[in-house]
Amino acid sequence: MTGLPDRTEAKLGLVIDLDTCVGCHACVVNCKEWNTSGHGAPLSDQDPYGADPSGTFLNRVHSFEVQPESGCAQVTHFPKSCLHCEDAPCVTVCPTGASYKRTEDGIVLVDEGDCMGCGLCAWACPYGARELDLAAGVMKKCTLCIDRIYNDNIPEVDRVPACVRTCPAGARHFGDFADPESNVSRLVAARGGMDLMPEQGTRPVNKYLPPRLKGSVEAQLEPVAEEPKGLLAWIDRALGAL
Amino acid sequence: MHPAPSVIFFTAFSGLGFGLLAFLGLGMPDVSGWVAFAFFFIGYALAVGGLLASVFHLANPKNAVKAFSQWRTSWLSREGVLSVAALLIVAPVALGRMLLEAPGQALWLGPVGWLGAVLSLGTVLCTAMIYTQLRAVPRWNMRLTPALFLSNALAGGALLAGQVRLAGVLMLVLGAVQIAAWIKGDTRFAEAGSTMETATGLGPIGRVRLLEPPHAGENYLLREMGFRVARKHALKLRWIALGLMCALPAVLLLAFPAGHALALVAVPSHVAGLLAARWLFFAQAEHVQALYYGRGPAKV
Repeated sequence: MTGLPDRTEAKLGLVIDLDTCVGCHACVVNCKEWNTSGHGAPLSDQDPYGADPSGTFLNRVHSFEVQPESGCAQVTHFPKSCLHCEDAPCVTVCPTGASYKRTEDGIVLVDEGDCMGCGLCAWACPYGARELDLAAGVMKKCTLCIDRIYNDNIPEVDRVPACVRTCPAGARHFGDFADPESNVSRLVAARGGMDLMPEQGTRPVNKYLPPRLKGSVEAQLEPVAEEPKGLLAWIDRALGAL
Repeated sequence: MHPAPSVIFFTAFSGLGFGLLAFLGLGMPDVSGWVAFAFFFIGYALAVGGLLASVFHLANPKNAVKAFSQWRTSWLSREGVLSVAALLIVAPVALGRMLLEAPGQALWLGPVGWLGAVLSLGTVLCTAMIYTQLRAVPRWNMRLTPALFLSNALAGGALLAGQVRLAGVLMLVLGAVQIAAWIKGDTRFAEAGSTMETATGLGPIGRVRLLEPPHAGENYLLREMGFRVARKHALKLRWIALGLMCALPAVLLLAFPAGHALALVAVPSHVAGLLAARWLFFAQAEHVQALYYGRGPAKV
């Protein structure tokens, strides 16, 4: 059960465009809203209105500053959720068989009826994509909104993960990476989609599109005129005469 | 990693217990009657007590029995299966030694005891592999981790089994393995190659630092995997752990005549040192996911 499938028929996952993400956290909020009332136990909060609030989230947005060799630093907002790895270490460590990777679409899921809350899968994940829910005592993780994407009872436009549906910037894309002609495969090919922590050997399905390089500060601050003209020339002369 | 008391007590005491049961399985010491009862009672109490402590680590213990099912892939599951097998196989050896008139003449005791010893040490190996397998925790992800757990079990087991001179030598071996594990462990994070640049994929642009974390407060990830120990305290604790766990027991066992008074000092010293070393084992282990929170490896 906790063995990984040799290959999956589809490889569903996300492309996250770091060039487009504005860091608004709408994906975080909509993810929590949908998944706290959908698949499995709710995403609980502890001390939500108190001095030390914390809670379970399946998606979080970090913000980083990148400093190139020369020129100005640039800010990158960085949403992070389960990458549905092909070689998912969280699945094979599971002692109860609660964690599994689906053969049909490659989604990594937790069967909460089997989870004993040991937390070893969260330790095995290099990305911090799994969080133990303190109220339910079971491991929570991104399901790629499995209760949306195959759901015939909602309009077709809504049959994508909640984070993708809500992103106002269009920075998140959902599709099948096994199909080279899919929207996500073409985006990855065109924009140089990359893996996070490739040295960990997890072969993530989700890909990140790198941000464009910003122009240099010197180019932006080039002087527009060496000598003042018109009114400015008159002020220059008048002040000089004082 | 968060040094939770449940996992520290679990790994430390189950290791000691299975180490003792391994020696008892091999007939070291060759005991019978009430003396055998006392030895096996201590072995079982430590092994079972340690395993029970691990249950306190579970957030949903009602599903714990399912942990025996995934032995094909999971070291945690293998540990569960092997521990139960070891406890069951050693049981007839314990009963035989306690109840038989002349246990030395019972031919079956030898082979069954050997099997029990192998299963006991196998359990300790599985415990070690739970940590060793985690590539996301580079300090644990090395061959010295199972060597450390096994030498801990053998040295502690020999001490509890009253194998005075052997225990003394094994304490020195344990000390050497422990020092090697600390030195090698200190370089493992850098060797594994994960940095904020590889974690974010932004390395080709430049140097990365965290500008804003995703949340202002703590969360499960930080509580569980963001633990950092102060450098100067860690070094002091290493000396204390090494002195109590290995050096003092080794001196007592090798330089003084054997006796129960010796054990009264050597055993508490070894156990206190072991707990300190095991605390450090968890507290000093850095998880790569903390890089997303701007927390690189602590310098030692």
